[in-house]
Amino acid sequence: MRANILIRLKKGVFDPQGAATLDALKTDGFDGVSDIRIGKLIDVTLTAPSIEAARENLKQMCEKLLANPVMENYEIELVDITEDKS
Amino acid sequence: MTKVAIVVFPGTNREKDMQDAFAAFGVKAVFVSHTETALPAGLDLLVFPGGFSYGDYLRCGAIAARAPIIRAAKEYAKKGGKIFGVCNGFQILCEAGFLPGVLTRNVSGRFVCKQVDLVAENIDKNFTAAFKTKETIRIPVAHGEGSYQANDETLRRLSGDGRILLTYQENFNGSRDAIAGVTDEKGAVFGMMPHPENAVLPHHASRDGRKFFESLLGL
Repeated sequence: MRANILIRLKKGVFDPQGAATLDALKTDGFDGVSDIRIGKLIDVTLTAPSIEAARENLKQMCEKLLANPVMENYEIELVDITEDKS
Repeated sequence: MTKVAIVVFPGTNREKDMQDAFAAFGVKAVFVSHTETALPAGLDLLVFPGGFSYGDYLRCGAIAARAPIIRAAKEYAKKGGKIFGVCNGFQILCEAGFLPGVLTRNVSGRFVCKQVDLVAENIDKNFTAAFKTKETIRIPVAHGEGSYQANDETLRRLSGDGRILLTYQENFNGSRDAIAGVTDEKGAVFGMMPHPENAVLPHHASRDGRKFFESLLGL
């Protein structure tokens, strides 16, 4: 099965990449933009005995490596629950 | 005397090396901030040096390519002004649309810092006039994202028009056609990944970079 994990900086954590990108957009003439926050999308392919087990597994991955819970939030979305035969 | 300006962005770090290299040929290159909206009057050569402008945020060179100085550089290029970009400067010139293609992560996935051998594939009157065709040039590279990529049509045009000035003898970063440096259509803008400014002075491991400066300065 496959999951998309969306990782975002928590509110209030300064995002220099987002700030620099916002400035660049303004220079390009996109005046209506007031904020840019840049996160990560991680596309995971995995096998698991059940959807619940997959969710728990993905949650552990986020807590232990993919996200830093001190400054980041994560969302897990299962996008394909068919079993990977490969 | 040839008037040379070197553009400095937040995160640029090779500007002094570039200035020192020009100084070795008696040219006092001036620094120009990315915030400037105009270039020095009577400029002969605009240089985009190496480094990590804006910490490579978003993509290498992407933010720098939208700085105010770029608009001035485009005006200058439109009038036929000469532009030379090295490493991050090459990445910026691609992102800003001066040059075709894009520099992506090295195939090894590693940052590579070493002396490499280049081949002078085509001789350009503005940028490589001091070299002989097929001459081997030993100068250093220092990049993590130097794998040159472009579509087939672009590669055909670059090759057909003799705009591929430099290739790697050993294609360590996975560049298409082993491309290390290309020019724009008019032959007025040139970008290359390796660092000729670090192969000029007596303490450098190689002095092969001198011929790039002789070419740029018409010596």
